[in-house]
Amino acid sequence: MSFRTLPAALATLLLGAAIGLTACEDDDQPSTVTTGKINFEFENVVGSQALVIGDAYSTLAGEQITVSKFNYILSNFQFTKTDGTVWAEPESYHLVKQSDTNSRKFAIEGVPFDTYTKVTFTIGVDSARNMAGAQTGALAPNNDMYWGWVSGYIFLKLEGTSPQSTSNGVYSYHVGGFRKPYVSMRTVSPALPTGVASLQVTASQSPELHLKADVQRVFAGPHPVSLRQMSGTGHGADSSGVKLAINYAAGMFRIDHVHNGD
Amino acid sequence: MKRAWTAPLAAVLAGLLMAGCHPDADVLTSPEAVPGSVVPRNFPPPAYGPEQNPPDRATFELGRSLFYDPLLSRDSTISCGSCHRQADAFADAGRQLSLGVQGRLGPRNAPPLQNMRWRRTLMWDGAVSHIEMLPLAPLGNALEMDETLPHVLAKLNRHPSYPARFASIYGAGPITSYQLLRALAQFTAALTSANSRYDQYVRHETGGTFSSAELRGLAVFQANCASCHATDLFSDETYRNNGLDGSFPQDSGRAHITGRPAERGLFKVPSLRNVARTAPYMHDGRFQTLAQVLDHYDHGVVSSATLDPLLRRPDGRLGLPLNAQQRTDLLAFLQTLTDDSFLHNPQLAPPQ
Repeated sequence: MSFRTLPAALATLLLGAAIGLTACEDDDQPSTVTTGKINFEFENVVGSQALVIGDAYSTLAGEQITVSKFNYILSNFQFTKTDGTVWAEPESYHLVKQSDTNSRKFAIEGVPFDTYTKVTFTIGVDSARNMAGAQTGALAPNNDMYWGWVSGYIFLKLEGTSPQSTSNGVYSYHVGGFRKPYVSMRTVSPALPTGVASLQVTASQSPELHLKADVQRVFAGPHPVSLRQMSGTGHGADSSGVKLAINYAAGMFRIDHVHNGD
Repeated sequence: MKRAWTAPLAAVLAGLLMAGCHPDADVLTSPEAVPGSVVPRNFPPPAYGPEQNPPDRATFELGRSLFYDPLLSRDSTISCGSCHRQADAFADAGRQLSLGVQGRLGPRNAPPLQNMRWRRTLMWDGAVSHIEMLPLAPLGNALEMDETLPHVLAKLNRHPSYPARFASIYGAGPITSYQLLRALAQFTAALTSANSRYDQYVRHETGGTFSSAELRGLAVFQANCASCHATDLFSDETYRNNGLDGSFPQDSGRAHITGRPAERGLFKVPSLRNVARTAPYMHDGRFQTLAQVLDHYDHGVVSSATLDPLLRRPDGRLGLPLNAQQRTDLLAFLQTLTDDSFLHNPQLAPPQ
């Protein structure tokens, strides 16, 4: 080694040591943690009954249904603090499938320690991601929630049988669409349950929200749907899908109860 | 300009990578080591620039294998390359409508696949918004490949060679839809046609000379066609009704995607690159020759509520009138858009 390179080598060593020290300091100070998590559990129901694939239920209009598939994509989870400011989950896309128990529970991490009074999320996928290239995770196109022939996600799928259906006794509702006039993304803020004023996210508290999604609210709402008249949507965004989206946005999701966590 | 140097840089880097793997003098002297690395300087900025899916040899070759593999269809009879053949600028020349699995006939003419890196929407009706998602349309279409993405992934994951090829690029683990679509996009984005005699002419390169008829044809083109067949990509990427029909009961085109009545009968303005090699013409392949296409614009345009305003003349007549000399010259010019180096590039052919 020549003398000329010695200072450089020394500097490198010192820099390395500095980085090493910094890293150690971070590791040794757990008190710097400032974020926690909020857990979600989704329970799909039909009115007051738990949803079981294949079981018989009635819609609010008195039509008979079974459900063979019930999937939805939720996105852009936001939590409003007591001062009115909002924390939004980055890369916030979650796919819930009735057939996949694990998908019905997920945690939103990195939530700053604070007190939150409102939960907001979107049923569907923003238009940018509908037009983007290949995605992973909840938005992977092989999750049975993407229309291949026309770029775009299916936000909600509800399929099953009904003797009232005029299509060989089956119905198939696929809701999506991010372009006018058929925009089906809907943002909802289901109220915290009575007696729960806020959600505390602290080093020792990770609230768990238990939501119920009521299949009956797909058929009922501002645009009541009869299986006699509408046994399915098109294979893309259409006015039928928009009606269903307006219905389920009006009250399908309800926060049933909250565990404050420990 | 960033674009001006990133493309050559990518080519040099690709060349260096190549030098490490394949000490092949032929490849090393190639101006574009990995197809898709170069952004031609007479083209507008790409929608899907090379930096979004940086071309490298292994990924390009994987995409090429997938493009030509009938495994992507339900009964393993049809590949992308079945209806998109290189010698036809990746169109299906000679077929008005293309055949899917079990000889099923689709409703539209298979369009050429070229310069898709520059396209903001794809398909005759703009149904597809991104080049990476493009394969999902023919894959799932019952009249084309009639297959599902989960099935294709299962077939790939139990294939003797694909798992190792994917793993060498994307890391260990099962092949995912993301990997499949990204690899395919390396190939489809690499289908760059930018070396026709027209390109050489506008870039003032060797061989870029036009005859007097071709020069007159270029003038006719610029006066009558270039407002829609714009830029050196020869499409302004809009949707227009060019007067083929008075009503659209079979195929409403763009309106099928948007639901807007004002877009009934509108279809994407197609590029004219390699147009002499991609007959038949129009979304339904109704015209067999370029002469028939010019006949249509001269005296075949049909009125409808959504007919493009550019085809309505001030005197109330329709279309783009061309005299015999103009027709001859225009046809001569259109021949200059044929890019033999693209049609015969061995790197774009089915892998041996």
